[in-house]
Amino acid sequence: MNLTQTEYSNMTDKASPPSKFLRNSILAFVVGGAICVIGQALINLWSMVLPEDDAKIAASCSLIFLAALFTALGLYCKLANYAGAGTLVPITGFANSIAAAAIEFKSEGLILGTGVKMFIIAGPVLVYGPVAAVLYGIIAWLLRLFV
Amino acid sequence: MDMFMEYLKAFLVGGALCLIGQQLIDRTKLTPARILVGYVVAGVILTAVGLYGPLVEWAGAGATVPLSGFGYLLAKGVEEGIREHGLLGALTGPFTAAAGGVMAAILFGLLAGLVGKSHDKS
Amino acid sequence: MATRAGKNTLMMQNKPCISGFAAVAGKKEGEGPLARRFDKLYEDTHLGQTTWEKAESTMQGEVVNLALGKANLTAGDLQLILAGDLLNQCISSTYGLRELNVPMLGLFGACSTMALSLGTGAVLVESGAVQNCAAVTSSHFCTAERQFRYPLDYGGQRAPTSQWTATAAGSTVLTPGGNTGVPSVQAVTFGKIVDMGITDMNNMGSAMAGAAADTITNFFTDTGKTPDDFDMVLTGDLSQVGSDLMNQILVRSQIELKEKHADCGLLIYDRETQDVAAGGSGCGCSAAVLCSYVLQEMQAGNLKNVLFVGTGALMSPTSVQQGESIPGIAHAVWITGC
Repeated sequence: MNLTQTEYSNMTDKASPPSKFLRNSILAFVVGGAICVIGQALINLWSMVLPEDDAKIAASCSLIFLAALFTALGLYCKLANYAGAGTLVPITGFANSIAAAAIEFKSEGLILGTGVKMFIIAGPVLVYGPVAAVLYGIIAWLLRLFV
Repeated sequence: MDMFMEYLKAFLVGGALCLIGQQLIDRTKLTPARILVGYVVAGVILTAVGLYGPLVEWAGAGATVPLSGFGYLLAKGVEEGIREHGLLGALTGPFTAAAGGVMAAILFGLLAGLVGKSHDKS
Repeated sequence: MATRAGKNTLMMQNKPCISGFAAVAGKKEGEGPLARRFDKLYEDTHLGQTTWEKAESTMQGEVVNLALGKANLTAGDLQLILAGDLLNQCISSTYGLRELNVPMLGLFGACSTMALSLGTGAVLVESGAVQNCAAVTSSHFCTAERQFRYPLDYGGQRAPTSQWTATAAGSTVLTPGGNTGVPSVQAVTFGKIVDMGITDMNNMGSAMAGAAADTITNFFTDTGKTPDDFDMVLTGDLSQVGSDLMNQILVRSQIELKEKHADCGLLIYDRETQDVAAGGSGCGCSAAVLCSYVLQEMQAGNLKNVLFVGTGALMSPTSVQQGESIPGIAHAVWITGC
């Protein structure tokens, strides 16, 4: 077969159907925006009984609860099939990745299955997010010393 | 009317952040885990350079609900940490601020794991 | 004895018979174009089991028994069973066939396993080393998803080039040549590993297309046959993207399959309505299509000569994460009708 990998790579790109960019983008925008609106509504609701900062945290926790519930009911992945990044990027996507893994790996036991593999997707978020923040903290602290 | 504007801003900014994510899914080979890491780290950096704070002010949940908002929360936690505890605050700050969300995700995730059953997609 | 033709092809003199064959499939496959062809459909893809892995094993055990029944044999008549699947250490086969009490050869050829096991079985029967044997493979959407991709309830979109792992299993029962009224194996071409440098796990068809083209070219060179001698060249499972690419490569070697070409991944689902992206895949996909529609048509005399080319992508989640490209493999089995 006289075919170089670059040639074949070009052939592959041509043969591969593209994503439905427009449809996917609209759905991601609408669903993602809608989840944020629900988040805003939850903040406003919790503000009736809590101070503002606490209301924000309570609203996030509520969204996470809803995402875990929808995951357990098997509905979150159905919505995500259409919404793509609209359900991936909000905090609900983070909660879904933990709940889905917890459910999936239960068959390997509550300790080694659920416990260990719960963070199989969300793990890197909990590693690199806080570490990035710590680095920022160190830089900010040094700047305070010298500025 | 104020209420309506508040929701509209949340919708537009939240939707726009998800729209960027969709372009990463459709036009690059990035896996979801990499995209999520990108959002969190971007949230930290944008907060550090002072851009994300004003966006949160303007858009509310539109900026805090996407995962970049989680990065914003972590960065805010660090700022408060070093204000109150100096360098040690850089270590304690991130999770102090994020404790509620992370704990909720672990708790509700575990509960989902206990009661849920995996579903065939077909 | 099998004799070697050309470099890679084994020609059968006695032509081992496919005396029995059966296919079972899940819910989604039961909504597809081949629904009425399968011997058994499972509305509940858990098959009443507690884990997806147990469900797949159960499917594999059941399909062997169905094929044996059609060949009027029992497990006691088998001297060997050749089996494989997609899961680590081929556990679907091990646990599914544990109770049969038959010597077993576990094979791994990814989605090419049906052609691999059928071809190996045919050579062994031809040689006289084995009288009766069964070749069986399975795949299950849920076990494959768990092992190769994400938890089932994780929300994600599938790339348009990705393939849907079929929940299905197929089995053939091979007996010595001379049986009339059943399809028989004429020749086998085992393929070599062909790496096209593809690293995208969501585009397996393109990773396997080179291997399929290579094996098909070798087969036609070795036997001196042309696509005109065949009623169908059946690849499994390149699906849309891979089929397109394979035909482009073959044209470069002056081999034009045209309407003779069919692909198991395209036959098992309706891509327009079933949301399977590029088409089906998995060991069970080609096994179930061969052991239902194709062999039934051969038995009925509607297809005379079929070249069944099983294709597999030989990667693991580890190799993909380490950035390795995805090598492909393809094995061809020439089957003749009655």
